[in-house]
Amino acid sequence: MSDVLLSVQDLHVRFDTYAGRIYAVNGMSFDIRRSRMFGLVGESGCGKSVTGLSIVNMVPHGGKIVGGKILLTGQNVLAMSEGEMQDIRGRRISMIFQDPARSLNPVFSVGDQIVRVIRQHIHLSREGAYQRALEMFESVALPDPERIFRSYPHELSGGMQQRIMISIALACGAELLIADEPTTALDVTIQAQILALLADLRQKQRISILLITHNLGVVSETCDQVGVAYAGRIIEIGETDDVLFRSKHPYTRGLLAALPQSATRKSALQSIPGNVPDGLTLLKGCPFFDRCSFAMEHCQQTPPPMIPVGGPVEDHRVACYLYPQEQSA
Amino acid sequence: MTLPEIQLADKSEQRLIRFGEYSLMWRVFRRDPLAVASLVVIIVFILGAIFAPLLTAYPEQGRGVPNILEKFKPPSSTHLLGTDYLGRDVLARILFGGRISLSMGFLVVLIAVLIGTPLGAISGYYGGRLDNLIMRITDIFLSFPSLLLAMAIAAALGPSFTNTMIAIAITWWPWYTRIVRAQVLSLRERYFIEAARSIGVSDMTIIRRHVIPNILTPVMVQGTMDLGSAILTGAAISFLGLGVQPPTPEWGSMISNGRIYFIERPWFAGSAGMAIFLVTLAFNLLGDALRDTADPRTRRVAP
Amino acid sequence: MNQTPLIEVKGLSVHFVSSHGILRRRIRRVRAVDYVDLAIYPQETLGVVGESGCGKTTLGRAILRLVKPTAGQVLFEGKDLVQLNPSEMRRRRREMQIIFQSPQLSFDSRFNVLSLVAEPLQTHTSLRGEALIQRVVELLEQTGMPGEVLFRYPHEFSGGQLQRIAVARALALNPKFLVLDEPTSALDVSVQAQIINLLQRLQAELELTYLFITHDLSVIQHISDRVAVMYVGKVVELSTTDAIFSGGAKHPYTKALLSSAPMVDSAARRERIILQGSVPNPANPPPGCTFHPRCPVSLPICSLVEPKLVDIGDGHLASCHLLQDEVAHPNAPLVLDV
Repeated sequence: MSDVLLSVQDLHVRFDTYAGRIYAVNGMSFDIRRSRMFGLVGESGCGKSVTGLSIVNMVPHGGKIVGGKILLTGQNVLAMSEGEMQDIRGRRISMIFQDPARSLNPVFSVGDQIVRVIRQHIHLSREGAYQRALEMFESVALPDPERIFRSYPHELSGGMQQRIMISIALACGAELLIADEPTTALDVTIQAQILALLADLRQKQRISILLITHNLGVVSETCDQVGVAYAGRIIEIGETDDVLFRSKHPYTRGLLAALPQSATRKSALQSIPGNVPDGLTLLKGCPFFDRCSFAMEHCQQTPPPMIPVGGPVEDHRVACYLYPQEQSA
Repeated sequence: MTLPEIQLADKSEQRLIRFGEYSLMWRVFRRDPLAVASLVVIIVFILGAIFAPLLTAYPEQGRGVPNILEKFKPPSSTHLLGTDYLGRDVLARILFGGRISLSMGFLVVLIAVLIGTPLGAISGYYGGRLDNLIMRITDIFLSFPSLLLAMAIAAALGPSFTNTMIAIAITWWPWYTRIVRAQVLSLRERYFIEAARSIGVSDMTIIRRHVIPNILTPVMVQGTMDLGSAILTGAAISFLGLGVQPPTPEWGSMISNGRIYFIERPWFAGSAGMAIFLVTLAFNLLGDALRDTADPRTRRVAP
Repeated sequence: MNQTPLIEVKGLSVHFVSSHGILRRRIRRVRAVDYVDLAIYPQETLGVVGESGCGKTTLGRAILRLVKPTAGQVLFEGKDLVQLNPSEMRRRRREMQIIFQSPQLSFDSRFNVLSLVAEPLQTHTSLRGEALIQRVVELLEQTGMPGEVLFRYPHEFSGGQLQRIAVARALALNPKFLVLDEPTSALDVSVQAQIINLLQRLQAELELTYLFITHDLSVIQHISDRVAVMYVGKVVELSTTDAIFSGGAKHPYTKALLSSAPMVDSAARRERIILQGSVPNPANPPPGCTFHPRCPVSLPICSLVEPKLVDIGDGHLASCHLLQDEVAHPNAPLVLDV
């Protein structure tokens, strides 16, 4: 589709540690369209954070991208040089992280930090950059932008710090914002503010947002599309309502059933037996095989391909042998 | 499940083995060539000191018996490092001197750790006025230049191995108190200390059983680096004549005595100096490497 | 409830005082817990919910006297824990234990599982040797951990498994009361479900009383009998779970909190109450009602006078001037239109 902004295709990332080789991402594929919010959701160890970092080619030390393509409007960012990537980071793709206090430099004022980013990518005078900074602060609903400009990170609350991070991320006109657990470290009422802000920005500035989180509630309320990740690959993807309310994959269903809100009060919660895979072995068949109550012999042999499953837009796809391989039904 | 067959000592003796962690550290360590080299050098020196009488043909000269007829002989096949101003074989002097110098260093660090660690642990754990008191005392000691203070104490106590050792140890313990206290303060962030208190374990037992074993690693690292400095300080004090007296061999006093002959006959002062240099360097590099291996961040990445 | 409470907290305050400034003149007083009254009844689960700085964690620790209360009483079966001397307190500790948020940080990683679970038994009982190991194995199996784990170390386990071990350790001395401080917040959803099930099963089997502290509203709704909502050191609403979660929440903060929590909800995206501003600093709370600067329905009186926590009907407690107005004038139109 021509309005696909970013296309992650068959991404493979592995880490070499003293504990052994960890297969963090094993064939992750999904598309993010312009002006849409895509939720990449999964539990710990599913590879979602590493995927986000791979998109800006900032995989942590010890990790290596060993396969796949990431196409930003057709160009493969994985094939770019570091110089080209530095141009992309901030100007076309930006990223914000979980703990805003750790992303901001404590010895510089907040204004200093945003101006620095602005002038990195846009040729503006000091005065021009200052004006733009104030505009950005206003666009993220920060009260009294001039005072904030002069403040230091520790003088501001967590919610304000995260807003500042968002404003820095968008200061140079990025088309895609990757938000890695942006509200996990924040209080619930502040979280609501930040999520509303993100939805608002997406609308007004027509940016795309990749929201990486483990919180299904957040995804349900804010994202247009959802990809459920498990053991380094997507096992179900589609419009949010399809994936969450007409889930097909046993893992997705299990996850939703395990939520406290899904059970009647005080009754036993449904849980998925076993643990998430630790990534130390490359699994042959479906990664969910050993925990799945519908597992068949076939599932252990080869990983199931992604197939469309009903849904009017044919966007709802699942990687599971329970569903017919042909396009019928 | 059947009970496993194990001999049980009194169960109040907790097992502090942690094989997984140390073998991981060893794997990181042995990849650093500098670290391994330093370890080898240190082991060589230690073995040399221990087996000194067996490694030289001139053990009595090593201990101090002069041999005037052979004085000032340059290095040759019979005297590998030559002889000194009293005709004593320099290699033998180095080997025997190593006993004094190395043991001085080890004992000084040991005493400093034994004094400083419990003080730091108590200070960090209890906080409040006790912490203040201990810290102020520590500050007082730290405000003196340590070498001068050690010299002053050594001079006051009189020259001997024991007195030098006491003098240096007195100036050294405050560093450990500081390090340990900082470690304990960060340890308090972890819940298991609270967990132990909620079980009803007494404070002293918590410090002994939980706090001290967990702060050993930085103490170990610091101690290793300090070994080099302690040896150096001991040598310095002896060099000034305040420590070990001749004829007892000691690298510092060997430099001091060989100083005036250095231009034309550098081999005895030079060997002693070289020995000090190598040992101190090796301990510093070793300590550095230990610090890297103990740091969980550097351990996560394989080459 | 007409039973006698197992634990009664009266006027409990925990203030952290520090002096600042050049001459140590300026006093900074952080009111972590500010005059809290609570009762916890036998075998119930009292949920405590709130955001950062609300004091819920400090409250749990203060009840266990892991933190020294500045004022007030903590009556455990009628005896005031605050007054006990250290050795009596240590004996009392057998009856109340705590589970922490981060399972990885809850253990001294130098000890193996056997030593960790045995520590309370060694401290308080005379069990040794084979009998001790037997008891440890029993405790572990009770929480779903097989006996083979005895000689393994904490770093070899996942979060969920560590929490099971933590529960086994907490139950070693047969306590009556357990403080659970965000026990599932650091766990994945599927593991969280397992641990919640475990806690509920154990509560029924062993007749335990729980104080369940969390910021996760869906968990609190599922597991608690009654819920206390805290804000900046004070309890602002306290009632049965049903009353609060089925549309019966009365305090404006509780309403905003409930509407902010993201849920997987097939109904239309609900109208959220989005609060302005941020959670106040407990060292410098606003005057009057601490919530008034962010409250969508505050009255002038709210910035002047602190509302008291009173019964507004059927044992439902709330501290809000608007609601107390309702109590005083039951027929007046409700201004609360949020």
